[in-house]
Formats: sequence, C-alpha cells, structure tokens
Amino acid sequence: MRELKILAIVIFFTLVTYWGVEPFAHSIMHPHHEPATFKYEDLKPLNKKGDPKRGMKAIVNNGCVGCHSIKAANVPAPMDPVTASASYGVNPPDLSLAGALYDEKFLANVIVNPAHAMKLDHKFGDNKPFPMPNFYGNAQDLADIIAYLKALAKHQQLTPKAAFINACGRCHDMKYDNWYVIGPKPKMDTELEKAEFNLKHAQYQANLKNYLGTNPPDLSMYIRSRGEEYIRDFVEDPQKLLPGTAMPRVGLTKEATYQVIEYMEKVGDRKKDKRNFLGAWVLLYFVIFSILAYLWKKQIWKEVE
Amino acid sequence: MAKSRRDFLGMVFGGFAAAGGLAALYAMKRTWDPLPSVMAAGFTTVDLSPMKPGEFRTVTWRGKPIFILRKDKTDLKICKDQDVQINGEDFLVRIGLCTHLGCIPAWQPDRKIFKCACHGGEFDACGTNIFGPPPRPFDIPPFKIEGTKLVIGEEGPEYKKLVGKA
Amino acid sequence: MAQFTKANSLYEWLDQRLALSKLWKVLAAEYWIPKNINFLWAMGVVLVTMFTILVISGIFLLMYYKPDTKLAFDSVNYTIMQEVWFGWLWRHMHAVAASVVFLVIYIHMFTGIYYASYKRGREMIWISGMLLFVTFSAEAFSGYMLPWGQMSYWAAQVITNLFGGIPFIGDDLVVWIRGNFYVSDPTLTRFFMLHVFLLPLVIMMLIGLHFYTLRIPHVNNQDGEEIDFDAEAEKYKAGLKKESKVIPFWPVFLSKDFFVLGIFMIFYFFLVFYHYDFAMDPINFDPANPMKTPPHIYPEWYFLWSYEVLRGFFFDVGPLSAMDIGLIAFGIANVIFFFIPWLDRSPVVAPAHKRGAFFYWFWALLIDMIILTIWGKLPPTGINAWIGFFASITFLLLLLVILPKITKKEAQRAGGAV
Repeated sequence: MRELKILAIVIFFTLVTYWGVEPFAHSIMHPHHEPATFKYEDLKPLNKKGDPKRGMKAIVNNGCVGCHSIKAANVPAPMDPVTASASYGVNPPDLSLAGALYDEKFLANVIVNPAHAMKLDHKFGDNKPFPMPNFYGNAQDLADIIAYLKALAKHQQLTPKAAFINACGRCHDMKYDNWYVIGPKPKMDTELEKAEFNLKHAQYQANLKNYLGTNPPDLSMYIRSRGEEYIRDFVEDPQKLLPGTAMPRVGLTKEATYQVIEYMEKVGDRKKDKRNFLGAWVLLYFVIFSILAYLWKKQIWKEVE
Repeated sequence: MAKSRRDFLGMVFGGFAAAGGLAALYAMKRTWDPLPSVMAAGFTTVDLSPMKPGEFRTVTWRGKPIFILRKDKTDLKICKDQDVQINGEDFLVRIGLCTHLGCIPAWQPDRKIFKCACHGGEFDACGTNIFGPPPRPFDIPPFKIEGTKLVIGEEGPEYKKLVGKA
Repeated sequence: MAQFTKANSLYEWLDQRLALSKLWKVLAAEYWIPKNINFLWAMGVVLVTMFTILVISGIFLLMYYKPDTKLAFDSVNYTIMQEVWFGWLWRHMHAVAASVVFLVIYIHMFTGIYYASYKRGREMIWISGMLLFVTFSAEAFSGYMLPWGQMSYWAAQVITNLFGGIPFIGDDLVVWIRGNFYVSDPTLTRFFMLHVFLLPLVIMMLIGLHFYTLRIPHVNNQDGEEIDFDAEAEKYKAGLKKESKVIPFWPVFLSKDFFVLGIFMIFYFFLVFYHYDFAMDPINFDPANPMKTPPHIYPEWYFLWSYEVLRGFFFDVGPLSAMDIGLIAFGIANVIFFFIPWLDRSPVVAPAHKRGAFFYWFWALLIDMIILTIWGKLPPTGINAWIGFFASITFLLLLLVILPKITKKEAQRAGGAV
C-alpha cells in the first residue's frame, strides 16, 4: 500500500512537471489559432458557369500559354526553369493539374488579381507589379478557363508527389526525395555535369531570392519540425501564422493539402508505420516481462518475508 | 644519510615527472586553441576606398553579415553621430541581422530601407528600426579605422565614440 | 605459489585462476541490502539499465553519424532516420533515454534527500552521485549539439556564452571552448569527442566509484535504522531468512528490481514509440542556421531549473549587473547540492516525515524546483520574470539559510533527547 502511495506521488509530480514544460509552455509560446477551413471566405465566388470546351480557346486568347505550360494538353513550357526564373522570379506553374489542386474560388481570383488572391498586396503594387498581370478579359472567358482546367485535371491522377511538386516544388527543395526547384537531380557521372547542375540550381535560387527576399527552406524534415496541423493551417493562410512572410497563399483545396502533407510525411517520416507497428510489440514484450518478473519476485520474497 | 639522499632523489624524480606532465598539459591546452586560420578570420579588413557613393556591400565577420553602405554624395539620410566617417566619406557599418529574430534583411535601394523578409521588419539608412517587430536599431560591430581600411573585430577610438564607451 | 590441481570443468579451471565464485559472492550473492526498502531503491538498477541503453544505441548511431557541420544534420535525419535498418529506433531510444535518465536521476536524488541517505558515513555516496549528475549534464549537453539542428546550435551558442561572464578571462575562454569566435565546425568536432569518448569514460569510472562508495556504509533503509550488517548476514546465512534484516543483492534484491524495471520499460518504450517530442524538440529538425535565431531558445527540461535561476535576477543591484548576479546564483545552484551533507546540520538519519520541519522543507524544495523548471521554459516577460525571481530567491534561501537553521534546531532537540 505504501509503495502505491509513493508511486502515486512520483507520478503526480512527474505529470505536473511534464504538463508545465510541454503543453502549458507551448500554449504560451505558440498562441492558439483557428484551424484551416479551406473556404477562402475573403474571396469573391465565381458567378458564371463555364464551358470546358471553350476553355482552351480562352486560354490561348488570353495569353496564358505565353508563360504557362499545360503538359497534359501537349502545350510545352516556353522556357526552361532557370530562364523563366530569371524573367519572372519563379518558374510559372504547369497548369495540367491546376483544376484539382486549387480551390475553384481561389483559382478565379488568382487569375483576376494574383497578388491580392495570394495575399501579397504588401509586397506588390503599382510600383512593383506582380510578375503575372491582372486579368482584364470577360467573365465568361474566366469561367470557361476554370471549367476547362477542372475537366482536364479530372483525367489525371493527383498523386501526393505531384501535388507537392506543382504546389510547392518550384520554390522549395525536397532533397531527401531528390527533388530540387529545377527538377530531380539526375544520376551524374562527371564532375562537369555535377557542376552544371549545381550552377543551374544556384542561379535559380539566386533569382528566387531576388524575387522573394529570402530563399525558401528545404522541406525534407518539415513534417517533423512543424507537424501536420501547423503545415495544414500555414498552407491555407501563411500570413495568419507568420505575418509579413514572403510565402504567398497557395489556395490549395483541402484534399490537395492533405496530399502534400502525405508526401511530406513519406519523405520526412518514412518509418512512421514501422514505428507504430513495432511499438505495440515491444510494449507487449515488456508487459509479459513485468508479469514474469512479478511472479518470480513473489516466489523469491516468500522465503524472506 | 642514505635515507635523506633517497628522499632528495625521490623529490627530484617527482618534480621532473610533474614538469613533463605540465608540458603535456600545455600541449593539450594549445590543441584546444582556435587555429591560426580561425584567428585570422576573426578580423575582417575591408578597403573602403573603391566604394562608390550609394554602393552597398555585405562582408562576413565571425559568421555574421556586416552591412556597409556609402551614403555621401547621394540623397541617402546621413546621421552624423551614427555613421562612420573616413576621409570625409560617410558610411553606415552595421551587423546585418534583424534585431527581432536574427534574419538577414535585404537592402532595397529604391525604397532606401533594409527590409526583413522573415517578419516584415524595416530599418532606415541609419540602421534605425522604423517598422515592424524589431525592438532596436542594428547592432554596431567593433571596428578600427586604418587609413581607408576598416578592420572589423577590433575596438578603435571611433568605435568607442560611436557606442559611447570612451 | 598457489596450488593448482587438475580441474574437472571449465568453470573450475577458471575459478582456480580467477576466483569466480568468490567474486560472485562478494559482488552479488553475499552483497547485503536492507530488507526494509521500497521501489525507490530500484532506481539505481534502472539508471544502470538506461546508461547501458544509451551506450548501445550510441554505438550504432556512431557507425553512421558524421561530425561535420556540412554533413551532421543529413547523416542523422536522412541516413540514420530514414535509411539505416532500425536507425530510427536507435535514435529515438537514445534521445528519449537521454531525457528520461534525468527524470530517474532526480527521483534518485530526491529519494536520497528524503531518507537522509547522505550522512553518517554516506557522504561519499552522495558526492560521487553528484559528480555523476554533473558529468551526465555535460554528456547530455554535448550530445544535444551533434544533430546540428536549430536548437542544437542556439542552445550551444547561449550556453557557451555563459562562460563569458567569468571575470577577466571570460571572453577568451568562450573562444577557447568553441575553437572559434562563434559555434562552428571546431566546436562540433570537439564536443563530438567529449560526447562519444571522454565523458562516457569518466561516467563509467564514476559509476564504479559510486558503487564502491556503497560498500562500507551500506545502503540506507526506509527508517534510517542502523543495521549491524555482519550480524544480520550471519542470521540470513544460518537460514533465518525471515528474521534477518538484510537480503542478498542476488537474487532477492534484483528480483524486485527487475519487476520495477519492467514497469519502467513499458513507460520508457511508450515514450520512444509514441510520445517523443518532449525529448526530440521539433525545432531541432530544422538544420542549424547561424544567421537565423529561433523565436524561443530554451534548454532541455532537466536544465530548466538552473537556467531559471540564471535568468531570475533580471535587474541590476548597485554595481552588480543583472547578468553577473544571475551567473553567481547559477554557479551556486550548480554546486550547492554537493554540500547538502554539511548544510544539513543534524545527525539524525530518518525519513523526512519523521523529521518535523525538514519534511516541509523537502516538499517546499521540490515544488520550488518544479516552478523553476516550468518558468524556465516560459518567455521571461511581465509577471513570469517576477515569478522566476521569487522562485530563484526561494531556492537559494531554502538551501543556504533554511536548511542549516531547521536542522540545527533538530540537532539540539536530538542532543537533548539522547
């Protein structure tokens, strides 16, 4: 009985200390924020119904393919990533999967006024226009473009990796999965090839820094350093969690966000399943160990007590 | 007689052994010392004479970026008691770390400010915090003036005057 | 010259040459422990187990770890965590054990204080234990630097900076310790050496010393009773096992320890697999960046109480700056526990609940140290700074003033009673 009382006291003070230095301290250091809703309520909804069949024509007429590739529709990129980043700061995204990745409302708004939809008004304005010009075409064209992009995306499968590469991979490296902002690093045999690749990468990074003011971090371990919840809420609205950050709002749908997180977990915490599986067995082992130890102890102490 | 000689010899031997130990300790202490190349890198010497009016440079000193901005003959704000004057030329010399959380702000010549991309802090051409979370102006690195050269890492009279230590 | 007869078995052959059976008797089968103990007496064996886990997991981490500022982070977080078979397991076990071992050390220490197991011949047990605590702290600090994450870097930067407060030689000393003007490659490689060789070696020798200090005064018991170990041992050997006040280390004492160990291992491995963030700070999964300070820098939880004593004094008093006062208090906090056997002026060896005022003093100290620990992690602003200040003052008063006072009174009473 006395031993149980002592144990209760030890556990009590251990838990108080734990509560103080972990949940309590962290709740003070990181103020609570509302979880992501993915509703993008500050943006105006699309009020016209689009026709996917007219979408491609609208895309061409409005000059989108001057900068963007649509590989799924056999529209190639006009420039390689490094050249594109020299012109625009960042390589413009391929649009093949845009209809699946981005929220419909966000997509409409980002075409009309990119800086505003991405919440970058504090960085871009009349003095420093955003690299992608605002859209001044008619509303029907806009609806058609979106309808087309959505229909196009439906024909392809959105994998976690594709979601990451399209949504994040033009600014962020993911070196633990061999992804770099200019593309995957090929197997290289000569020093010259390696130097060329590194030079391209460095050039792209320099352009990116010039454009954003800082180099976005490699995201390989972000699933461990930030955790799923923070990443989800940060991606939905970076300014809310880190006011003044250079990161734009990306406008992903809930599904696409979770695809990105799944990929980050596959790269940064790829032993998670093994860990959870093995943990149960090790705990079971020590439960049996303790039972046997208890029986043995009882037998031995019978002689002395 | 024999005993005292033995004591004496024992002490000589003990002392000699201890001296060897001390010498070894000295060698160990020196091995922990910073290497000559590290010591040399602790002082960054910059020749300021080739800098043109309005030119901005970043040099590294002890792992930190040092901002140098030449401000005379431009419309940049000159603050006599915060700048470094060399041969009648006027420079801003600062440790280029945001005093909020230590990110490195970027010099934006068109807006004449240092802008921190991390949390949006801003500093003017005198290194004073003018917007956002930074709590105080940029820090001043210890420096000494040798002719037209700036030696960062040593405390010269101009530095002491600047930080009010003299 | 010893007589060697022909041996009938390998054991006998070895026994003739190494006296194995005698060694076993001395170390285990006839090493006597009081019977009147509770599970807190098992913490020693738990600590040995944790240290063994740290050494073994450390060996396998060492096979793939690269002590170089350019390679360290990836060697830990990619090679070990994602490629090496069970590398993630060794790392989780190592990191969690490093944290949990301090919980057990603190329980072990407070057990010693509660039952007054540091006096009447047991002073050297206490001192060798405190030496182990200090060396373990250095081991933990040097190990925390190795993954070269943001917390590794900035904790190292802040803690090595503390030495700058030492008069006259401070600034040079900081550079000497780091091997550079700032925490960098030479710092990492020298702390690597300390962590994987010198400090473990010292710890192993100190563990030997700690065990050895137990032999003559023997282990204390729940009531502080003075036991005639020789007489009780004779009783036990004569078959009066129930009447004897002692039990042999093997198998009686250990059989209980193994059960306690089993329960502890369930707790430990639960943390290893499912609840490790407290020991593997998420911020440390960001690579070290000397150009970017994290918003909150704090040491691991087991250093927080002394860190808070350092920060607690946040205003200047006369010619002394806040930092100097804090450093002095911090210095005192780190050595004060060595002197407990002499700060306690009473000769009484008894559990705290039989020692009147000492009982309240014990709980006051424990609660004050928990407050220091919690506030050591909170940002030191506003009311938090004041709580830290008062908790620090209380800590110093409790040990330097109140403890000698109440135990002196106790000594007078005891003197009168005898």
